[in-house]
Amino acid sequence: MSVNLTSAIKEICKFCGNDRTRMMDIVRAVQQQFGQVSDEAMNYIAKCVNCHRVEVESVVSFYVFLSKKQKGGVVIRLCNDVVDKMSGSEVVAEAFEKELGIKFGQTTPDGKITLEYAPCIGMCDQSPAALFNDEIITYLSTDKVKEVVADIKKHYDPSKLKHRLGDGHNADELVHSCVHNNIRNKGRVIFAEFKPEAGLKNALAMSSVEVINEVKNARLRGRGGAGFPTGMKWQFTRGAAGEKKYIICNADEGEPGTFKDRVLLTERADMLFEGMTIGGYAIGADEGILYLRGEYAYLRKFLEKVLADRRSRNLLGKDILGKKGFNFDVRIQMGAGAYICGEETSLISSCEGLRGDPKTRPPFPAQKGYLGKPTSVNNVETLCCVPRVLEMGAAWFVEVGSAGSPSTKLLSVSGDCKQPGVYEIPFGVKVSELLKMVGAEDAQALLIGGPSGQIVGSADFQRTICYDDLATGGAVVVFGPERDMVAVAADYMEFFVEESCGYCTPCRAGNVLLKKYLDKILTGCGEPEDLDILQKLGESVKITSRCGLGQTSPNPVLTTLKNFRKSYETKVKKTTNGMQPTFDIRKAVKGAETIAKRDSVIFVK
Amino acid sequence: MSKPKVATASLAGCFGCHMSVLDIDERILKLIELVDFDKSPVDDIKEFTGRCAVGLIEGGCANEENVRVLQDFRRHCDVLISVGDCATMGGIPAMRNNIPLKECLDEAYLNGPTVYNPSGIIPNDKEIPLCLDKVYPCHEVVKIDYHMPGCPPSADTIWQTLVALLTNKPVDLPYELIKYD
Amino acid sequence: MSDQITFTIDGVEVKGKPGQTILEAADAAGIYIPRLCFMKDLIPHGSCRVCTVFINGRPQAACTQPITEGAIVENDTAELKEHRKNIIDMLFVEGNHFCMFCEKSGNCELQAMAYRLGISAPKYPYLFPKRDVDATHPDILIDRNRCILCGRCVEASRDVDKKTIFEFVGRGADKKVAVNANADLKDTDFKATDKAADVCPVGCIIKKRVGFAIPVGQRKYDTKPIGSDIEAGKK
Ligand SMILES: Cc1cc2nc3c(=O)[nH]c(=O)nc-3n(C[C@H](O)[C@H](O)[C@H](O)COP(=O)(O)O)c2cc1C
Ligand code: SF4
Ligand code: SF4
Ligand code: SF4
Ligand code: SF4
Ligand code: FES
Repeated sequence: MSVNLTSAIKEICKFCGNDRTRMMDIVRAVQQQFGQVSDEAMNYIAKCVNCHRVEVESVVSFYVFLSKKQKGGVVIRLCNDVVDKMSGSEVVAEAFEKELGIKFGQTTPDGKITLEYAPCIGMCDQSPAALFNDEIITYLSTDKVKEVVADIKKHYDPSKLKHRLGDGHNADELVHSCVHNNIRNKGRVIFAEFKPEAGLKNALAMSSVEVINEVKNARLRGRGGAGFPTGMKWQFTRGAAGEKKYIICNADEGEPGTFKDRVLLTERADMLFEGMTIGGYAIGADEGILYLRGEYAYLRKFLEKVLADRRSRNLLGKDILGKKGFNFDVRIQMGAGAYICGEETSLISSCEGLRGDPKTRPPFPAQKGYLGKPTSVNNVETLCCVPRVLEMGAAWFVEVGSAGSPSTKLLSVSGDCKQPGVYEIPFGVKVSELLKMVGAEDAQALLIGGPSGQIVGSADFQRTICYDDLATGGAVVVFGPERDMVAVAADYMEFFVEESCGYCTPCRAGNVLLKKYLDKILTGCGEPEDLDILQKLGESVKITSRCGLGQTSPNPVLTTLKNFRKSYETKVKKTTNGMQPTFDIRKAVKGAETIAKRDSVIFVK
Repeated sequence: MSKPKVATASLAGCFGCHMSVLDIDERILKLIELVDFDKSPVDDIKEFTGRCAVGLIEGGCANEENVRVLQDFRRHCDVLISVGDCATMGGIPAMRNNIPLKECLDEAYLNGPTVYNPSGIIPNDKEIPLCLDKVYPCHEVVKIDYHMPGCPPSADTIWQTLVALLTNKPVDLPYELIKYD
Repeated sequence: MSDQITFTIDGVEVKGKPGQTILEAADAAGIYIPRLCFMKDLIPHGSCRVCTVFINGRPQAACTQPITEGAIVENDTAELKEHRKNIIDMLFVEGNHFCMFCEKSGNCELQAMAYRLGISAPKYPYLFPKRDVDATHPDILIDRNRCILCGRCVEASRDVDKKTIFEFVGRGADKKVAVNANADLKDTDFKATDKAADVCPVGCIIKKRVGFAIPVGQRKYDTKPIGSDIEAGKK
């Protein structure tokens, strides 16, 4: 074993306290330094943290940013999300292949650059976009690909890539990114002027129970998708047995089409940490974790600095703002490319240094979460609402919005619209109003809540966006009149196939089959019965899957089958001759014809 | 009224399923009262003489000749049945399905441990049908109406299925007769 | 807290103890809920989803869901039978199951479940994935073509044998059982006497030189459907 590798691993593991629950940090660091986590590395890590080698491999093989195989020092990951494809990522992909002289999945012969695809990297509003290691390059075109490839080949250091700077904190020297916030509409809660730390001060003047009651009175519900009442979650966590508790902020934002948390992390980091601190006070936690998706690593240094500043201002640390006995701090846990880690129990697994498998419920995280301790997992936006509730009071918070869904919601709008970006709108807004606002009056379809939500057509444009009608964690993708909704559904199924953790049968195998039937229809081989199979298979996956991923993954198929049935019906046709339309004799004998160097005499061309 | 006709074929199979048909013992006499055999290795009729009520297919499609025969059966038979695991899922021949064809041929004719082939040539005569890229279960080539699982399906399975079909009753196999081996 | 919980399964009243799962309580009452990944003495983890039942209208895995007072459980319904058949069909097409030469045939829980549900052939297209075989160990063979990723071997090796010979690697459709070595099972300290050598519901982890020991006709599921033993205990 190379001395270099062992000493580096020893160092890394030591830095992480030789603690196997810090496995994510360890393997991320090894990957970063060596471009792989090799067999040797896994053996040595296992030795250092006293676990089994296969347990290290089980983690490394789970996350797409980690690999046993050697990767280039620069890994380019082009986003192949549906929205990126709509804005031309396919020609951009060709340009990358041409400029680098390799195909996707390959590394340049000099071993320096690896080219890959990535699912939604949270830049739909400025697509096509790609990651160069941690750096993000947006608004890609064939010309721009030429430029960046030439640039990177000069130094092979993504941090030296030349690009203009984005707005707001994107231009901060610690972010130094070309990403744009694209804040299109400022509401009264999140993007309005606010008094920093006023909420925290008010909270610390109250008892924790009073804080929870205030949040309950504000009827704050989770903004991450599921919409669970935040006050209740905190109450459960507070009430659960045990001294040690945790609050975790879910900044995994992996739902295709969602990017509002990215903007909050950039522009409202202080507000977020203030919210976490109030949450920690409310539930009785002295430790918080920000779980940051690997794709947002470009924000990490900046967020660390915000945390350091807060520590120096006694907004974190011991006896916060003079409140005796209230200690709280936050650490950042990086993800490594896995959508499922946004699911709260997978996220906890990942924080514990495990594969991102969801956990069996019950027990729920509020009872037994991170390291078996009661844990509250809250979305970024949810936590940003908290200081405002405490600053302005619950009564103020519920003034806008609809009856069942008070206050405002951030929407990430992208796709076929004139003004993609983040909109803070009051709950209860009509879809048609939203479409007008974003410049998409000719929309054919709308994806609301990401692929795990629903795809609706014009019949639903008079409905409203709120928990009781069209619920959404924030993603709104617009599809113009010329888009093929069956193809869109197939693309989203591809995403779920890639992102299923594989733990349970229906999601692991069922999504693959759903995709297969959609492809069959898209290649013109579909028959009317296939629509029925899709429906039944989709229902089985939904009903029998173990976690939220599988329970919603058939939605792109099921909601388009319902709302865009015509599009399916025009693509399928009944076969009358008894033959299987999918069987292609030419394709089936092609290999043998090549090997035999003659054509078939039975099936003459 | 003339008796309904039954045709049978063995594609990429071992003839075990046909043996199982013969295994219905004395019931074969009853069967002959019920049906006439058309194209089948049982009576050596090589081409269809007319429309058949039932076609029994043993084996999956490993080569183009199998495809031709199967498609011919589909055109001539009202009800087409996959008999046995080879017809149903490819069976033993389908073990090659995740290995590229070239590797399979090389192993079979050049590199295999028991191969004696001094000429070093992979047989390639026009008379030899070309292999398909993989072994296809019958229902992936043509529409199949029923599947009789088993390797081979027991004589009882075959008998009960045929009698049910010929007497217009639903095919409903009891527990003991659904077997995959 | 009362020490008895009463609820119903398909309208039949069942009593159980606090902390029991629906599946355990059903077993004790002689009601069979189909299952594959569950195994007595291992921590239930809900991976196969065959045991899905409706509890007060919500789908849940019976093997992990605790019983609650007054719960209305639906198990033996036409709808659930369809879902279960679909899951079994998925398992057959996502692997390579050549029952005709599998040593486990006749004693295999996957096959038996298909028999019980009356499946004559899976309805989905076969995926014929490429999976590997590890025959390096002197006493044990791993044929991943037949693995249904149930997790029993992983748990038994970790929790009972305290060895962690097996773990899952990869995710989604690429998920597979790996062994605690750079390459093969022979490089681990796995023993044929380990609990993990006896838990595989299918013919993936099997003992060498046993082969087709039991004659056809006398194997576990040749004449009696899987679950009959539980149903025989019906009160
Ligand atoms: C597959 C899957 C992915 C998810 N991804 C996210 C995510 O990226 N961010 C998030 O906040 N919640 C996500 N959730 C929801 C979380 O499980 C959880 O409900 C949420 O973080 C709770 O926070 P909230 O109550 O503040 O919304 C996801 C759920 C599932 C099933
Ligand atoms: S539904 Fe099952 S396979 Fe899919 S992500 Fe959840 S646990 Fe994993
Ligand atoms: S199913 Fe079995 S008996 Fe029938 S042809 Fe195939 S191998 Fe032979
Ligand atoms: S494991 Fe079971 S289902 Fe699979 S081949 Fe063996 S007997 Fe058949
Ligand atoms: S090897 Fe057997 S016990 Fe282990 S996961 Fe696969 S099927 Fe289950
Ligand atoms: S037995 Fe319950 S999920 Fe497998």
